Amino acid sequence: MSMYFTKEHEWVKIDGNQATVGISAHAAHELGDITFVELPQVGKTVKQFDTLAGIESVKAASDIYAPVSGKVVAVNNKLEDAPELVNESAEEDGWICRLEVANAGDVSALMDAAAYAEYLKGLE
Amino acid sequence: MEDLKATPLREHHEGLKALMAPFGGWLMPIQYAGILAEHKWCREKAALFDICHMGEFLFQGDIVADGLDSVFTFSVQTIPVGRSRYGFLLNERGGVIDDLIVFRLAEDQVMIVVNAATIDNDFAVIRSRLKEGANLTDISERTGKLDLQGPLAREVLVEHFGPEIGTIPFFKFIKTSILGVEALVSRTGYTGELGYEIFIPAHKVVELWEHLLKDPRVAPAGLGARDLLRLEVGYSLYGSDLDENTTPLAAGLASFVNLDKEFVGKKALLEEQQRGAERVKVAFKVNSRRSPRHHYEIWQEDAAVGTVTSGAFSPMLGCGIGLGFVKPGASALGTKISIRHERVEMEAEVVELPFFTGGSLRA
Repeated sequence: MSMYFTKEHEWVKIDGNQATVGISAHAAHELGDITFVELPQVGKTVKQFDTLAGIESVKAASDIYAPVSGKVVAVNNKLEDAPELVNESAEEDGWICRLEVANAGDVSALMDAAAYAEYLKGLE
Repeated sequence: MEDLKATPLREHHEGLKALMAPFGGWLMPIQYAGILAEHKWCREKAALFDICHMGEFLFQGDIVADGLDSVFTFSVQTIPVGRSRYGFLLNERGGVIDDLIVFRLAEDQVMIVVNAATIDNDFAVIRSRLKEGANLTDISERTGKLDLQGPLAREVLVEHFGPEIGTIPFFKFIKTSILGVEALVSRTGYTGELGYEIFIPAHKVVELWEHLLKDPRVAPAGLGARDLLRLEVGYSLYGSDLDENTTPLAAGLASFVNLDKEFVGKKALLEEQQRGAERVKVAFKVNSRRSPRHHYEIWQEDAAVGTVTSGAFSPMLGCGIGLGFVKPGASALGTKISIRHERVEMEAEVVELPFFTGGSLRA
């Protein structure tokens, strides 16, 4: 399984044609306490970098963009009552949704973990 | 970037890894452990806030003869010594130049506590309304202020500084010795909890901060938690919910305005009372965890009827809450409204204040 990141701080884990999506631990930390996650509709299709979901914290409201094109096949319903899971475990239990990948080549426009770590250094 | 002022505690905040940000011209701690954790600590224990940025003026003289009694929307002369009163400094149009608290220190002495961003203008306006030569001094620089707020605040202060603090009723204050200097301890605050505002010479602030933080019942809280705490009990924030174009009547704060006395802005308020306000304040609850935010639009059916001035997710209610101004037709309790911003839309209902009623304020 490979993990990739976007410049907007989403992560995606690719396992066959399934992609699990969330926001990075860095993004969760920057947002502060997360109070609401707007989950996408199961069945919705998105193009890469389209608005996929929304997230609100005590500080700000932000959009979450699709790291790859695809169809939403599952959402993390736990976040409805416990959005703080994103703060506690942004890159594991705080996943937001799963996509059926439409185009495996989309990942070429993303960063791997090492490139993302470099990218974060540049933002400091 | 403008030059930001800092309180004597700046290095202490940075040492606690606080997130610092500009507020009213000051570099202030927004959060330490996290806004929700600090909010919870204040509702359950005792939270310590650095409020040294706020301004204090000292007036010495004859309150009536020097003109101080007609400066604010309330009478200063009728405040008993040892008590304080909340109200407004208005412009000629009835708009709020600042909201403030006046402490009656003695028959001929009062302290006026004002917001940080408005210190210089407030001082100039108040001075201009007093008799020439009246004795008004800006003591903000030499005055430190720490707030200890929460259900355990009284037992903490009594244990550390003596039983007299435990006898102070709501909106009264005493002068007492703290760490070897004279301090003013007032039973007031901005959180809806039992709490105290401690005014102490600025050079003793660091010592008092360190002393109180050694107590395991006390934790520091930043301006982020303070904003959430005040919104849950419906207190207005100057600059968001109140400004020079908003009158206290429109803002639902008529109980802090005494129309039986003279003050600048009274004529405009009487006219507004006659013709009715063009917009009125509402409090509303959202039917989800979504947060309304400053400047979001308020809609009723298919018409935009107003604007949100404050909003947040309320941990105590488990939903979004907010304050805003709407056309009078949309202000009745129970009115269904929606809050809109770009692609976000949330359903809400006009409710009574305060949102949260379970606080220890009058305990």
